[in-house]
Amino acid sequence: MAERVLMKGNEVLGEAAIIAGCRFYFGYPITPQNEVPAYFAARMPKVGGTFIQAESEAAAINMVFGAAAAGARAMTSSSSPGISLKMEGISYLSGAELPAVVVNMMRGGPGLGNIAGAQGDYFQAVKGGGHGDYRCIVLAPASVQELADLTVKAFDLADEYRMVVMILGDGFVGQMSEPVVLPEPTGRTFDKSSWALTGAAGRETHLVASIRLNPEDALEKLNVHLQEKYRAVERREVLFEETQVGDAEYLIAGFGLSARIARSAVTTLRRAGVKAGLFRPITLWPFPSAELRRAAQGKRKVLVVEMNAGQMVEDVRLAVNGSVPVDFLGRLGGITPQVDEIVERVRSYAGA
Amino acid sequence: MPALEEKLVYGRPASLVDRPTHYCPGCGHGIIHKLLAQAIDELGVRERTILIAPVGCSVLAYYYLAVDGIEAAHGRAPAVATGLKRVLPDRVVISYQGDGDLLAIGMGETVHAANRGEKITVVFVNNAIYGMTGGQMAPTTLQAQRTKTSPYGRIPAEAGYPIRACELLNTLEAPYYIERCAVNTVKNTLRAKRAILKALRYQVEGKGYSFVEVLSMCPTGWGVEPREAAAWVGEAMVPWFPLGTLRDRGGEA
Repeated sequence: MAERVLMKGNEVLGEAAIIAGCRFYFGYPITPQNEVPAYFAARMPKVGGTFIQAESEAAAINMVFGAAAAGARAMTSSSSPGISLKMEGISYLSGAELPAVVVNMMRGGPGLGNIAGAQGDYFQAVKGGGHGDYRCIVLAPASVQELADLTVKAFDLADEYRMVVMILGDGFVGQMSEPVVLPEPTGRTFDKSSWALTGAAGRETHLVASIRLNPEDALEKLNVHLQEKYRAVERREVLFEETQVGDAEYLIAGFGLSARIARSAVTTLRRAGVKAGLFRPITLWPFPSAELRRAAQGKRKVLVVEMNAGQMVEDVRLAVNGSVPVDFLGRLGGITPQVDEIVERVRSYAGA
Repeated sequence: MPALEEKLVYGRPASLVDRPTHYCPGCGHGIIHKLLAQAIDELGVRERTILIAPVGCSVLAYYYLAVDGIEAAHGRAPAVATGLKRVLPDRVVISYQGDGDLLAIGMGETVHAANRGEKITVVFVNNAIYGMTGGQMAPTTLQAQRTKTSPYGRIPAEAGYPIRACELLNTLEAPYYIERCAVNTVKNTLRAKRAILKALRYQVEGKGYSFVEVLSMCPTGWGVEPREAAAWVGEAMVPWFPLGTLRDRGGEA
């Protein structure tokens, strides 16, 4: 049995990245993820890695760009306002098809907002945020253990698809301490020799760029290629979790901490004789649309619970496409939804 | 009469790709590319050099040099260079940047990469204008110089003064080598060649951060003939941007 240790989410994130073989971290301080750069600053020198406190979020993501182009596993982390600054770099990484892992420990917004955990960056992470037609794989952990496991997986996904993988945590998952079994390395290796920049020794020169000015190397061609890749990710990489969905009359959907709170609400409701179930997307992109549609089939109602003004609910509505009524319960500005208010809402449907 | 013997005394550098450039007639980029290629050849590092192209006229620089290339977002080249060099410390990383890229949008990256003493070489092409976007005011546009966005001439009270990159970086402790040169005359071009070679050599030797500013011509952006542009570098730019070695920790100033 692997040992269970009590660790804080943001530190687990750092250790899991090191387990995954990441030796290059570039970041800029911002609350509530300051434990991440601090962890790497202490750990990287011990494992032969590199930590740089960058001069800005923009610089940090571009250091990732350079390190990834050289073939290394590289990552950066930040929280909402800092992630906005990284959007330029994420678009460039996507256009140049470089693998990278970006962590957003979301805080309340818009603007400087506050430093409490929130989920207001769903649209930014899932729908784009930067310019152009690109996608990031977006992973939404709901526990410290899942944060650890998804961090290791994120590096494999990034390398496999040459994409940006974003770990979208509400700030709480970074701040919580929970028992965790540190994951094992997956052992997967990826050959980057056909594109990585290492110097053109005994081979043709390589070029890493998102610019496409030549008609023979047209920008549309790149975009069509990217879209084909994204369709493949949609087919293969969907992750979700269902709790007591089978016989449920009411389905609650949520991600991250909202889903954990909703799970408690499901337990309370079941105890009161109300058949409720939980559907939790783990990949927010690709969104588990088909799986959610199946899960929602025949239910009286779907309630989406989020720590924002209603973002994932749009994807839920698209997924069920009018087959089931969809309601929304959200708390804003770093406030978490309460179990009681979710229970009350569902009981109001049941008239119980 | 002894038989005449053919001896090649001047040729295209092996690191320079034989293809027509997209640069305007009289532009300095072609000359600077050649100087870079010559330096890369001379040091024998073509197969371990990575060239970062900026956003600007030299955005396609990697088409003309037979080395691995990468395109950075506007102003971010020194950060990209940092990432590359930290992963590949034994490779030669060259950040080729223009004045808008290096001193406007990328000022933060420029100063901090220099301040960390990243073991990279920055080649800074200063032509006092934004060429690619059609001739707007740059951080190095001279006082009273007319551009698309300073149509009445750069007015310092509104737009500030032309920024001297070398002098600014020379206030930092970490940089190893800082030199300003020009490619407007044969003499200056030969000096620029030596400066670029020295900057790259210092990197190969692992000495530290090296920075070479090259005053260059933009006849199209300035709206003058090529010959006039070369003269303007000497008459108008050099008095504000004096040529010379600002720092050489290698001690060969």
